[in-house]
Amino acid sequence: MNPIQRTDRREFVAKLLAATPDALVITGLGSAAYDVFAAGDRDRNYYLWGAMGGAAPMGLGLALAQPDKPVVVITGDGELLMGIGSLATIAAKQPKNLTIVVLDNGHFGETGMQRSHSSLGTDLVAVAKGFGIATAFIAASPESRYDTARRINARQGTVFVQVFIEADEPPRALPPRDGPFVKNRFRTALGLKPF
Amino acid sequence: MNQTPVPAPAWQQAIFKVLKEGGVRQIAYVPDAGHSHVIRSAIADPDIEDVVLTTEEEGVALVSGAWLGGQRAVLLMQSSGVGNCVNMFSLLKAADFPFFTLVTMRGEYAEFNPWQGPMGKATQGVLELMGIHVLRASHPDEVAEIVSAGFDAAFEAGERVAVLLSQSLIGRKTWGRK
Repeated sequence: MNPIQRTDRREFVAKLLAATPDALVITGLGSAAYDVFAAGDRDRNYYLWGAMGGAAPMGLGLALAQPDKPVVVITGDGELLMGIGSLATIAAKQPKNLTIVVLDNGHFGETGMQRSHSSLGTDLVAVAKGFGIATAFIAASPESRYDTARRINARQGTVFVQVFIEADEPPRALPPRDGPFVKNRFRTALGLKPF
Repeated sequence: MNQTPVPAPAWQQAIFKVLKEGGVRQIAYVPDAGHSHVIRSAIADPDIEDVVLTTEEEGVALVSGAWLGGQRAVLLMQSSGVGNCVNMFSLLKAADFPFFTLVTMRGEYAEFNPWQGPMGKATQGVLELMGIHVLRASHPDEVAEIVSAGFDAAFEAGERVAVLLSQSLIGRKTWGRK
């Protein structure tokens, strides 16, 4: 393992969401969804339970549709890697209100903790920068965590944040799996009407 | 580059008209010649976000995100791209998202490239297996009506709809450098 100081995932996500109360949140499947739900269910959360690789492009569509609100994608390294090309798609659009937060334990946590590419040589911040997301950084210190929340709320440019977390499994906190319920709740919270 | 602009075929203009008048705000695509007019028009339209994708399944997630945020979005792709989308189509069914895609067909009419055959011939079946209703337009004069019908089913009834644009609409691809 690399000598990077690792962060408690639940604490990181809870503090980030507490500091970004207006954010619209899309989660990748698995532990990232559990972390966001454990921080407190919100109408403006959308939890994926499948569609692996889809969290970041879903966040892009939402960010383009809601340019006046901060949009945050919170996902894991495995989920992001499956849809890694979407970082190029996001970079081509540069939505000012979109932040991608990858909780990186270097492993596929849901399937038995097999090592992922991010602990086998892939540098996700370098990947994000290479795709054209200039503001890409590792959030390790309390200051950089504060900076992440500030950037989310400021909506001044696309941001990519990598957070090294411990490869542990906190207690399961399962968000609703009822996709239509979560979708309609989210849209209602935005004041959108049924078709 | 020294190209003289050629007017787009009327059926391609009719497609953009349906999307524009239907209030589409995001057009996501992996390019194909048959979509070139709609893509150019989306890029030129200040009210429409054009989103070029690295692979088609991104578009399935993107249009769902757009709907979550209150906008209508559509996905343009070639038949080969349908294969790339299969698992991502789960999102549409699991959360009951409306979905509208236009698929230009390959591998079915005067096809020169055998590598286009397998996915082209499976395209309709793959879409239907994943719960997407399939319509097809084969003649230029029916494109506007069929695209409009599919569009309304998606955004007025919340269905998942693909309109296949037959390869015969686009015509034979010229391969020789004459």
